Amino acid sequence: MLESIDTSMIDWSRAQFALTAMYHWLFVPLTLGLAVIMGLMETLYVISGNEYWKRTAKFWMKLFGINFAVGVATGLILEFQFGTNWSNYSWFVGDIFGAPLAIEGIVAFFMEATFVAVMFFGWNKVSKKFHLASTWLTGLGATFSAWWILVANSWMQYPVGMAFNPDTVRNEMVDFWAVAFSPVAVTKFFHTVLSSWMLGAVFVIGVSAWFLLRKREKEFAVGSMKIAAMVGLFASLVTAFTGDKSAYQVAQCQPMKLAAMEALYDGGTNEALTVVGDIKIPKMLSYLATHDFEGYVPGINNILLGGYILPDGTEALPALEKMKNGKKAIAALADYREAKQAGNQAEMNAARETIEENMPYFGYGYIDDPNSLVPNVWLSFWAFRVMVGLGMYFIVFFALILFLARKRKLSEFNWLHYIALISIPLAYLASQAGWIVAEVGRQPWTIQDLLPVNAAISRLETGSVVTTFFIFLILFTVLLIAEIGIMLKAIQKGPEEKA
Amino acid sequence: MIKTQILRIWKFYWDGFRSMTIGRTLWALILIKLFIMFAILKLFFFPDFLSGKTSEEKQEYVGHELINRSAKSIN
Repeated sequence: MLESIDTSMIDWSRAQFALTAMYHWLFVPLTLGLAVIMGLMETLYVISGNEYWKRTAKFWMKLFGINFAVGVATGLILEFQFGTNWSNYSWFVGDIFGAPLAIEGIVAFFMEATFVAVMFFGWNKVSKKFHLASTWLTGLGATFSAWWILVANSWMQYPVGMAFNPDTVRNEMVDFWAVAFSPVAVTKFFHTVLSSWMLGAVFVIGVSAWFLLRKREKEFAVGSMKIAAMVGLFASLVTAFTGDKSAYQVAQCQPMKLAAMEALYDGGTNEALTVVGDIKIPKMLSYLATHDFEGYVPGINNILLGGYILPDGTEALPALEKMKNGKKAIAALADYREAKQAGNQAEMNAARETIEENMPYFGYGYIDDPNSLVPNVWLSFWAFRVMVGLGMYFIVFFALILFLARKRKLSEFNWLHYIALISIPLAYLASQAGWIVAEVGRQPWTIQDLLPVNAAISRLETGSVVTTFFIFLILFTVLLIAEIGIMLKAIQKGPEEKA
Repeated sequence: MIKTQILRIWKFYWDGFRSMTIGRTLWALILIKLFIMFAILKLFFFPDFLSGKTSEEKQEYVGHELINRSAKSIN
């Protein structure tokens, strides 16, 4: 029974997964962001033949290589955890989760392993154009693998393209394209990848600013800042656009997440968007959530109590009703299995019908208190503000860099260089905050409405999960210190001597 | 022909690795990390929870778990 699952074991498993994912995400966005910037620099070299761009591209490639080497395969540990800590989940999702991850693994291995080698070893061995193609294909490989990971994640937030099979107790993919190109996946891909370009751009600008503060490599630093600021401004505007789209989708598919992000307990029409405290933008939340300034936005209490009209015109069910329906689905699954054992086809058909009818609420059958459907409001609320606030700041930051570059004054202001340096950790903070919004906001679900964490978890000993949590903490911290150490050394050394 | 191609690829990688500077430290780091991940963590700390079971046994086990974890009663 539910009571026999130790809730502290669930919390430790969640903490372990969060820790691994957050550390993994320290490496990924820089890989995605630097890939584009160094690709552009090498393109300028191939077009202009100017050795300056080759030297610049090679320096950022070196930092890309360090980050890539330290970060590679850290994501595999998440897959270990699926098999060990989340075995019910892993079985329940079946091939829907497995297929994108398998494609990701194969593509990542072949594309990245092949082209990374050409990129690093091939400078004087392959033609300029072939080398350039390899550089872009390395970035494309990393981006392509991000696509499949984000498809898998999006399916958990917005499960589509599958049917539950009571015989195998698995969800089976019935529409690959619905899974691969679900609107949530498409938006999440562009939002995540473009925000990674932003992080890469901030990193390049910050490191370049360090050179300017040290009065070293002025031409290299200014050139790098210009390219990075152009990429960064473009990426930050697209990130803002896709962020708006993402908020709209969250309002439609995960209204509880939106209510938590806004700490909105009692919703209504003409809802204002809270900036912080009592500072509010009138009607803006209604517009963001419904694309109508007078649109209705349900709050946490409204979602629990139901009774309001959903965008499709139907009435929202109260949480208690959903819980009853979920229990019906689970009871029907038990009946189905019994009837199957007894060879009673008529009862099997009846049970299957009940399962299908109540499947959208299957996960609610594991909820014993409606309040457990509410995610951590404080964390969701502030993580959202950190992400959006820093996103806005970066738009201004990139615009300012480009403005000063146009005025040829990029190397003049030490205050700007200090701000650029401080902005590097802020970019990581924004990136992590984004994932906190996405993942904390969807609790208690591993799969939205279908499987909460207390049903997804394996029966493990809490002690073993605590042990592995600390093993990860130590391992990843060592890796991070190694990366920072090697990278600082490479930065201090600077670009290769001019030929 | 194929042999020549394989030799060329081998020489490409061999020369590349030999000329690495910072890359040697990185390769050492990658190998240590992979060893810890696959030879220690995966083997001793992260066994597949359902391993050793046939597909039918997995269905049976997970089915049983999902049915019996259902919340007791809802008023």
